[in-house]
Amino acid sequence: MALLEITAASKRFAATAAVDRVSLSVERGELFALLGPSGCGKTTLLRLIAGFETPDSGQILIDGVAMNGVPPYARPVNMMFQSYALFPHLDVAGNIAFGLKQEGMERRRRDARVAEMLALVQMADFARRRPHELSGGQKQRVALARALAKMPKLLLLDEPLAALDRKLREETRLELRGIQERLGTTFLVVTHDQEEALGMASRIAVMNRGHLAQIGPPAEIYERPNSRFVADFVGAVNLFDGEVVAGSDGPRLVVAGLAQPIPLPHRIDRQIDRQIDLAAGGRIALALRPEKLRLSTRQPDGFALAATIASIGYQGGRSTIHLATASGLALRADVPSATAPGLGRGAAVWASWAPGDAVVLPE
Amino acid sequence: MSGIGGWLRRGLIGLPFLWLAVFFLLPLAIVAAISLTESADTIPPFRPLFGMAAAGLQSHLTLANYRELAEGCLGAYANSLGNAALATLLCLAIGYPFAFAIARAPGLWRHLLLFMVMLPFWTSFLIRVYAWIALLQPSGLVNRLLLDAGIIAAPLPLLYNAFSVELGLVYSYLPFMILPLYGSLMRLEESLVEAAADLGAPPWRVFVGVILPLTLPGIAAGMLLVFIPAVGEFVIPDLLGGPNTLMVGKLLWQEFFDNVDWPAASAIAMALVAIVTLPLLVAQRLLARAAA
Repeated sequence: MALLEITAASKRFAATAAVDRVSLSVERGELFALLGPSGCGKTTLLRLIAGFETPDSGQILIDGVAMNGVPPYARPVNMMFQSYALFPHLDVAGNIAFGLKQEGMERRRRDARVAEMLALVQMADFARRRPHELSGGQKQRVALARALAKMPKLLLLDEPLAALDRKLREETRLELRGIQERLGTTFLVVTHDQEEALGMASRIAVMNRGHLAQIGPPAEIYERPNSRFVADFVGAVNLFDGEVVAGSDGPRLVVAGLAQPIPLPHRIDRQIDRQIDLAAGGRIALALRPEKLRLSTRQPDGFALAATIASIGYQGGRSTIHLATASGLALRADVPSATAPGLGRGAAVWASWAPGDAVVLPE
Repeated sequence: MSGIGGWLRRGLIGLPFLWLAVFFLLPLAIVAAISLTESADTIPPFRPLFGMAAAGLQSHLTLANYRELAEGCLGAYANSLGNAALATLLCLAIGYPFAFAIARAPGLWRHLLLFMVMLPFWTSFLIRVYAWIALLQPSGLVNRLLLDAGIIAAPLPLLYNAFSVELGLVYSYLPFMILPLYGSLMRLEESLVEAAADLGAPPWRVFVGVILPLTLPGIAAGMLLVFIPAVGEFVIPDLLGGPNTLMVGKLLWQEFFDNVDWPAASAIAMALVAIVTLPLLVAQRLLARAAA
């Protein structure tokens, strides 16, 4: 049985549905990410699980127990707050011991657990510091230690890395994952950062406007998005909207402003989306990741779009190249910088891709 | 380069100090000096501390006023301190839930409630104290209502006793308790309360373990703002108190105006300053520690 089982949970605030009939289950030992733009309802969903909000309808089961009417202090979950919410009047050890004291754990065992937690997050030398004497990264570690001290069945993390600077964020992401694997605790992470979700989670649920848009492992979310929203929100994407026509070698897509119809992939994952109409006349969208685009100065065999380079964004190892077709359609390509010598602004190139690298989406 | 700017800055910083020195420290020093001299039938009604006489330099320096005070006025001090301490605790007991409710109220309600706390300030303090006389006297509103309702058979002695003085103190100084508490509670981050609940603390433990210690500065500020003026309060015991409710403020008035004994009155005032300074220092320590 899943550790967390949410069935058709809804929560409205005034006129807006923050969480709208969301169902999902999280297995034991998973590092599950709730990903979405701000205002998509992911934080509300987290607060429903923690018990700070009550669902208008639907049910939340944690380890098989219905949480309806169970106050936050009686739930077998702990939360790491985005602001860390460390108690300013207690030192680091006092913060970590707070939850254990509520349990009535006896002093000796409590001290041992606090020491264990301090060691886990490598903060043993800071036990007597007050929160205001700590850096952002140190506060983050204390918040994690405090939330883990009670050994919850489920740890909720609200944007755990958002307040850290970029370099520290990447290090901490790996550390967080390491701790999760070592303890085997189930983590539910809320984040708006797709890189964070892709790089950390075992499964991701993408949310949009209170709905669940897609659930799956990171590679599936990235490689086979099921909607324009997911394709666009998770990573960069080129989107073509158009109408399906029958071609000699299979269906093709006619896009306004493009002379040639684009060949469509032969295989469509019916499991992910059943709404796609590939019959002639059906309107669909085609998503293509920038790194799937190949650029060449000579026309390749088969389908290719003629374009000129509008700008080049050098990012060290990789470069982002913005292209424009003759009709003004904008394209984005992401290529290793080493393969792009001689390509300059204004250069004429051919952009091509393997049909199977594109993903067909409902419009 | 910083000639004019530097002087301007020093002037601006110095201004409040100058103000304090001229209008606060200097008068205090004068009162302290008067408290150490003898009274006389002159104008002003005291002898100078040091003066020239036929016999040469003459000193009227004496501790007699303080000695008298220690012998005759300890009751009044005890009364004042006791009344003020009780009023402070009552204000805290009433004010804390009140401030908590205001701080937790939704936007519009919060402003409305806060406005109601400050509303009494729109009427003169004196008039509001007089209003209590009208309410509490034997034929007043409270007694009439209770009589008409058949709850009591004879009017209750509500006025001119310790009860009415305490009521007046609590009523008058309650806003000074509520406002700093409200400020303190508003600064308290909601996420800290949630974090405590999340870590397994039921509501009362959240209050004792997190909310109370974090609003200690507000509690200290509120208690000072009530206690200090309440100790020296004159109007309330004079108007609402009976002939035998002797408080320091009333005593001071009597010495100054009725007995025209300025040195004795000054000694009473200086002793009061000394007594009030003590809780101030303690509170300051407490606030400094909370801020650290």
